[in-house]
Amino acid sequence: MDKTVNQKAWFLVLPVLVLVAFSAVIPLMTVVNYSVQDTFGDNVFFWAGLDWFREMLESERMWSALGRQAVFSFIILMIEVPLGVIVALQMPKKGFWASFALVVMALPLLIPWNVVGTIWQIFGRVDIGLLGYVLHSLGIDYNYTQGFFAAWITVIVMDVWHWTSLVALLAYAGLQSIPDAYYQAAKIDQASRWAVFRYIELPKMQGVLMIAILLRFMDSFMIYTEPFVVTGGGPGNSTTFLSIDLVKMALGQFDLGPAAAFSLMYFLVILLISWVFYTVMTNLDKRDGV
Amino acid sequence: MAQATATRKPARRRINHSTVIMGLYLLFMILPIYWLVNMSLKSNSEILSTFSLWPEDLTFRNYRVILTDASWYMGYVNSLIYVLMNTVISITVALPAAYAFSRYTFMGDKHLFFWLLSNRMAPPAVFALPFFQLYSSIGLFDTHIAVALAHCLFNVPLAVWILEGFMRGVPKEIDETAYIDGYGFWRFFLRIFMPLIASGIGVAAFFAFMFSWVELLLSRTLTTVSAKPIAATMTRTVSASGLDWGVLAAAGVLTIVPGALVIYFVRNYIAKGFALGRV
Amino acid sequence: MAKITLDNLAHSYMSNPRGDQDFALKKTTHVWDDGEAYALLGSSGCGKTTLLNIISGLLRPSQGRILFNETDVTYAPTAERNIAQVFQFPVVYDTMTVRDNLAFPLRNRGASSSYIAQRVQEIAKLIGLEDDLNRKARGLTADVKQKISLGRGLVREDVNAILFDEPLTVIDPQMKWELRTQLKSLHHELGHTMIYVTHDQTEALSFADRVVVMSEGQVVQIGTPEELFEAPAHTFVGFFIGSPGMNLLDAQVEGDKATIGATEIALPAGFGTPVGKVQIGVRPEYTRLAASGGLPVKVNRVEDVGRHKIVRAEYFGKAINLIVDEGTEIGTDMTQVVFDPAKVNVYVDDWRVQGEAA
Repeated sequence: MDKTVNQKAWFLVLPVLVLVAFSAVIPLMTVVNYSVQDTFGDNVFFWAGLDWFREMLESERMWSALGRQAVFSFIILMIEVPLGVIVALQMPKKGFWASFALVVMALPLLIPWNVVGTIWQIFGRVDIGLLGYVLHSLGIDYNYTQGFFAAWITVIVMDVWHWTSLVALLAYAGLQSIPDAYYQAAKIDQASRWAVFRYIELPKMQGVLMIAILLRFMDSFMIYTEPFVVTGGGPGNSTTFLSIDLVKMALGQFDLGPAAAFSLMYFLVILLISWVFYTVMTNLDKRDGV
Repeated sequence: MAQATATRKPARRRINHSTVIMGLYLLFMILPIYWLVNMSLKSNSEILSTFSLWPEDLTFRNYRVILTDASWYMGYVNSLIYVLMNTVISITVALPAAYAFSRYTFMGDKHLFFWLLSNRMAPPAVFALPFFQLYSSIGLFDTHIAVALAHCLFNVPLAVWILEGFMRGVPKEIDETAYIDGYGFWRFFLRIFMPLIASGIGVAAFFAFMFSWVELLLSRTLTTVSAKPIAATMTRTVSASGLDWGVLAAAGVLTIVPGALVIYFVRNYIAKGFALGRV
Repeated sequence: MAKITLDNLAHSYMSNPRGDQDFALKKTTHVWDDGEAYALLGSSGCGKTTLLNIISGLLRPSQGRILFNETDVTYAPTAERNIAQVFQFPVVYDTMTVRDNLAFPLRNRGASSSYIAQRVQEIAKLIGLEDDLNRKARGLTADVKQKISLGRGLVREDVNAILFDEPLTVIDPQMKWELRTQLKSLHHELGHTMIYVTHDQTEALSFADRVVVMSEGQVVQIGTPEELFEAPAHTFVGFFIGSPGMNLLDAQVEGDKATIGATEIALPAGFGTPVGKVQIGVRPEYTRLAASGGLPVKVNRVEDVGRHKIVRAEYFGKAINLIVDEGTEIGTDMTQVVFDPAKVNVYVDDWRVQGEAA
């Protein structure tokens, strides 16, 4: 659709601008302010320049948190995206079972994040949780507060439980938009199941899958509450992801300077990756624009 | 083609692999929740002493504890208040902005749009401390509106984006016809345009509700007593009074209920809604 | 290529149809000859798409059988029926090139690559896309995409039938005419059985050897365009085909005379004394206006549409249309309609009755 040039449209955008500026720009300025100052308490600050940034860039603590974060996001994307697509392909198209599946699948998405943590904290406990109890009685040494692998696997399975449905529902929405004629044409052309997926379903899902990957990447990169409730970042620091580390630093230790520098770099990394996604997505939109 | 295969009757509802996969997946979805419900209906002694797949000594004590204690149930009220405030604010400001983005070109529109979206990508953890200081300094700390405004940072950009997608699907000729018919902008917008994108508004409201309801980090940081959300009440009570597993589970179940209700009512729009008007 | 037999075919979308009115397709028995081009013509909701879907295997009929040659295919899946279909809106594989799109049905059936290359080239030439073969289908305009769909429908030579479901809806008028002519010549060349669903009478009449007219789930007439024009078997056909449609007037018929009010109208043959709802039908093309000797009418207006004039008249509230030559002068005293006796049809309860040889 070609749009008209109209500078007055700014007035329509104004409320959003004011609101978001109030809750984004002012706090962000505070962060920038902290990131270049140091304090000995008593609200006395002095200029620290880029020292905090340098310190954070040299800090092994941040790099290892970033490394864990990257590995975590990568693993859950590799599981959730294909699994979500597979589930979407198997979902009933209409009728009672379609509604039933939709409701059950959407359920985890609307549970407060700390409750998600609580659910898995309980579910995985060896004494009172179904999962932990079953694994334990099978003779598997499973303890997510002690074992490194147990902790990681619990956090990953929890995230898969929590978020795969988002990918599946998005993919399902993409599938629903394919007219029946395409499937009929594929039958007439004697296309294999794989060809139907490859040439009809996947191209139609492409747009929503990009959204799904973007959302999942962003949210997994910011994950805080769920692993915090389950493992508290442990054992040791093994599930201390970026947000957990940041909150520890800022609210726990009140290391405002380093935390602020950390925040800014954290935000920038996410922004950069999202920008790449966004550009790719708008280019796809343009290419599809008929 | 063979005569034999050509004349066979279509097979009715046989178990195939998609039923199996869907069944397993749904089981995976339900089991942890079931376990929570199961625990919430047991007494603490039963939880700790015996391991059973269903409550052998069914009790509603845990729910009674929550529903009769103001410090518990006010948590739900607080959560609902700021969630609703946030949803209303987000949609109200996002509507005109989304209209502007979907219909007009203006200076800096693309940068503005990306900047808005970039806020949705901001980690709440980054904002926790600055928000705490900002709202303390202007005297809004521990109020519902503080949490609602804080969540706007994430929900407004998302609402603008979703609504813009739906509005793009409405042909521009409708606007033009209305103006020719002598409608003013606001009358056209409220009377004609909004009903056309009603489903989009529903979807945006759903997403705003969803995020505001599930978020904890900011809502916990910005409240202490009078606006404390239920999710935060849960964590604090657990650390204070030892581990009352039954009550904890019951509180958890009660936080799932509003979401489940919302989903149930919008179930027929979920598929379309998740496409955000962009398929 | 195949002869298609519809044997007592009927379909209802309800699980327990109670009466005739619950059937989207009422009981139909017909044999469609091998190698003919048929058009399924009717307004929307008349059951033509239901019938097409039964032929293509998308729907299982609730009653009856469908046979390709002597093989019962009622329950055969689409893939086994060996048909081709072109849909109303372009169905192309977006991520493939035009060439791959055209080759796709052949590759899936394991044709040799040299044959595929040659065949794709032929079809591309036919639909005028030779120069675009290496382009991706995504981003092409709707009418080019629709041409690709047409090409995919035509690429296989051994199909039992080619089905077209209003394929020219998205094509602009100029191109429409060109493609229709191409399809027709193609049909003569290849001799496939073709079934073409449309609600556009011009499309149907210019494309098909035989037109199947449907109304309310019923096939009301199968005939050549000429038969539909000269001798509509049902008042619906008379009214639906032609522009404007056939004039229908209630009349008393006795032998070879019909009486409307006080006017006697000559009929081409003897019809006895039919009972029921008796009407006579005359095409506007076979009427003229005269000063005397016909049915007295009130002339409302005259429309000049170029090649001829359309006279809009009425007889006691019942509209009568006449088509007269461009050059004809219409005097104010010419208030009577004269019908060409050889072209008057008689309908009893909406169905045409055959006159005895005069």
